[in-house]
Amino acid sequence: MGLSNESALCYDGNCESGENMRIEEHPILTFEVKKEIPFTFDGKAVVGREGDTIASALHALGILALSNSIRQHRHRGLYCAIGNCGSCHMTVNHVANVRTCMTKLEAGMIVESQPGKGRIL
Amino acid sequence: MIHTSLSIVGGGPAGLCAAIEASKRGVDSILFERFDQLGGQLVKQTHKFFGSQRQYAGTRGFDIASKLERELHESNQCQTKLNTTVVGMYPNHVLTVSGPEGYQKIQSEAIIVASGASERYLVFENNDLPGIYGAGAVQTLMNQYGVLPGKRVVMVGSGNIGLIVSYQLLQAGVDVACVIDAAPKIGGYLVHASKLRRRGVPIQTSRTILRAEGKSQVERVITIGLDQAWRPIPGTEETLECDLLCLAVGLSPLTQLLSMGGASMRQIQELGGVVAVEGNEGQTTLEGIYVAGDAAGIEEASSAMVEGRIAGIRAAMQLGHGLPDDNHTLQQLEEELQGLRRGPFGAKTRIGLDKLREEKHA
Repeated sequence: MGLSNESALCYDGNCESGENMRIEEHPILTFEVKKEIPFTFDGKAVVGREGDTIASALHALGILALSNSIRQHRHRGLYCAIGNCGSCHMTVNHVANVRTCMTKLEAGMIVESQPGKGRIL
Repeated sequence: MIHTSLSIVGGGPAGLCAAIEASKRGVDSILFERFDQLGGQLVKQTHKFFGSQRQYAGTRGFDIASKLERELHESNQCQTKLNTTVVGMYPNHVLTVSGPEGYQKIQSEAIIVASGASERYLVFENNDLPGIYGAGAVQTLMNQYGVLPGKRVVMVGSGNIGLIVSYQLLQAGVDVACVIDAAPKIGGYLVHASKLRRRGVPIQTSRTILRAEGKSQVERVITIGLDQAWRPIPGTEETLECDLLCLAVGLSPLTQLLSMGGASMRQIQELGGVVAVEGNEGQTTLEGIYVAGDAAGIEEASSAMVEGRIAGIRAAMQLGHGLPDDNHTLQQLEEELQGLRRGPFGAKTRIGLDKLREEKHA
């Protein structure tokens, strides 16, 4: 699949805005192109859009792996996107286990993948 | 400790309708919503609703959400607290919440729990690969944030949610490889299935997911045919390339708060999971604590709105704010609810509610 390669590129930081995953035309909904919101993901400078949650911005960048399973360290992505399942927990501005599907993206946010349960102290 | 007459947990269709009815009757209330906007799952429903005019038939879900929100704001009786998650229910109608104002305690005379539902999962190999999303998450990404959840999807589940979300994916420009369902028959309305078929999307019944494959995200899925006893038939495996596997395999009521509060609970499969046993006057077994919407048992948003109105009126009556013809209004709403549950698609709900009523008398 072409897409997984593109995603891999994005993941390496070669893709800056991930606009290819933004819906431009839709028969019912209108999505205006919104202001860019810069933030960092694992130390790399990336860009989301105003109105995004952290998870939607990362998804648009092709970054699907958000958390890691505690025992097997397997990649985990979104599942419910409404704050129920905990599959999108990440460390945001040095706070562990933030529900990235519910948290609005803000300029300058430091978003990091976290090993296992994250560092609390 | 903050004091109010009525606390409402959840700002989806049920919670909003409950708040509207209570406000109309002059009850002071606080509505807690964990997300940053009201409307719950309605805000991502781009399709037009069915049913009767009273439940906004012909109106798109997100328009219903704005209508309800406007209606609520017309009265100043209800305070809405967004980004605020209700995290606990304690004796004497005390709720604890976590939000922008920190961790707070709220005591009220009555509580309406309209906390909604969570998406079910399915067991198969590699079911935790990124790119395997619940149908609600897919709707959230594409209809709320305008982000494509993938380029090519395999949909599991041919109930109304699976069919509607598949169509929404087509509208967003996503290639829908196929819809599969382990059941021998399509679960949802024929009108939704036909819309997909006209667009050339195959719907395969008696077929399930054997496993997903991919390195760091889903790259393909292997499906397998099932016999009449739902056993996999060797040799019927099919490989489908996709970067999105969407699971639309049902919902479970979110009732942990009621369990924590000590309400009597029962597992009723037809209602989606663990639900509260009904007490007197539409309450749970806890006095002054009501439940409405999917948290009371999985149904459609239309029923959730009617249930919310009923709970709002009942709570208002309990608090001495009933209107002179409220008994009549309640009767009308109960009839509306029965109307929505009529027919083959309401059968599960009817059976589930019968079981729940048996619990009440037992």
